[in-house]
Amino acid sequence: MSEPLLKDQEFLLPASNTFLVLSLLIALLLNWLPWHGIGLALRPDFVALVLLYWCTHRPYRVGIGIAWMMGMFADVADASLFGQHALAYAVLAFGGIALHRRMMMFDLRQQTLQIAPVMLLAYLVYAVVHWQLHGYVAWSYFMGCGVSILLWAPLTMLLQALRRPRATSGHL
Amino acid sequence: MEHTQSFRFFNRGPTPAVRLVFFALLSLLLLFVDARYQYLETVRKMVSVFVYPLQRIVTAPSVLWHQADEFFVLQRNLIRDNAGLRQQHTIDSSQLQQTQVLQAENQHLRQLLAVQQRADYPMQLAEIVYTERDIFKRKLFLDKGGQANVQAGQVVMDDGGVVGQITRVYPWLSEVTLITDKDHAVPVQVLRSGLRAVVFGSGDTRELALRYMPISSDIQQGDTLVTSGIDGTYPPGLPVARVIRIERDPAYPFARILCTPIAGVDKQRQLLILSGLPKLPERPEAVAETVKSGKGRRRKP
Repeated sequence: MSEPLLKDQEFLLPASNTFLVLSLLIALLLNWLPWHGIGLALRPDFVALVLLYWCTHRPYRVGIGIAWMMGMFADVADASLFGQHALAYAVLAFGGIALHRRMMMFDLRQQTLQIAPVMLLAYLVYAVVHWQLHGYVAWSYFMGCGVSILLWAPLTMLLQALRRPRATSGHL
Repeated sequence: MEHTQSFRFFNRGPTPAVRLVFFALLSLLLLFVDARYQYLETVRKMVSVFVYPLQRIVTAPSVLWHQADEFFVLQRNLIRDNAGLRQQHTIDSSQLQQTQVLQAENQHLRQLLAVQQRADYPMQLAEIVYTERDIFKRKLFLDKGGQANVQAGQVVMDDGGVVGQITRVYPWLSEVTLITDKDHAVPVQVLRSGLRAVVFGSGDTRELALRYMPISSDIQQGDTLVTSGIDGTYPPGLPVARVIRIERDPAYPFARILCTPIAGVDKQRQLLILSGLPKLPERPEAVAETVKSGKGRRRKP
């Protein structure tokens, strides 16, 4: 993964539409698992992670529009106000697109440092909207942000591995 | 295969910044409309029709796990539970007989006094699909919705006491706001002294606060709070909370009283939805302004 020659190719792996949609769907389902108690506080935002992955790796396929749509679904499922998740995910997607050229030059550890502020910003947007409307903020909410950032490297590795063509995977 | 680095000057559409501004404004508009008005409820219901099956699929593993867990119980445990339940049943039935006598007597006395009847409320059992999806808001989702005649404003309880109130109804789901929710208030009465009060949620599932009670008010540790039924939303006499701590600081006009909910707000799987609450006569508006005591305050359904 960290071999310099491979890095550019890693970003150019094929991504079928089915795989893309499926990854987003699975992320939504993971978010909707019945998390409970401390697990809920630590729950990473899988949708945000997968969106960020696609926005940095395929910025012209998955953009702000799709991120916003995913946000709407999340809003309905979470019974949050319409636009709350959508706004956060739109900001996240913008951050991902802004970063996507830079990400190619970095290995996973440096990428994690790059996406950390973007993820934090998305979480902040959600929390600020909530604070404006309800007048308080649950601080444990930001623990999920930390976990999400830490999950960036494993998730990228997983998605890259799944995108790698089967035939060539043996040679690599 | 497309290349992310390729330059295509004209066919990319608007730049990301423009898109961000567009979608951010759209989100803010939706937020404003959703927070202020009720127009988007139908949209929400429509989208929930698609979301609901997915939600059920996701909860299926945990439901299966529970069922498997229930299936593989030790016989020893079953025998023990059964014996315990039998014993409880004997005690309960003897108490029930006493209650029936009391009920009849009460009815008779009420007839004599010409006081309105206290009705028995029809209930329906509903199962929790989701618990506390959002860490900010402690909400539950039940598997009965508009199809099962659930209406917003109905009371949800378990075998211990009040759990919350239905605040939004979808076709197959309904959303429950817990009594421990930050902006939820329940009008209550101290069972021992009959003192009226309002209990507020604190955002924590194990804590409720009794606010605006004077230092001298007659409340003791361990007192049980039951719904007073004054607001017409909660039927009277349902257990709500137990007082766990009282701090009386003479520097403040009000005592700091902490309670814990009697119902297992975050424990149960099955809950009861009460329906058919009696309609109270309309409250006269002019009087409502002058007698603004906060006693009848409640969350609007």
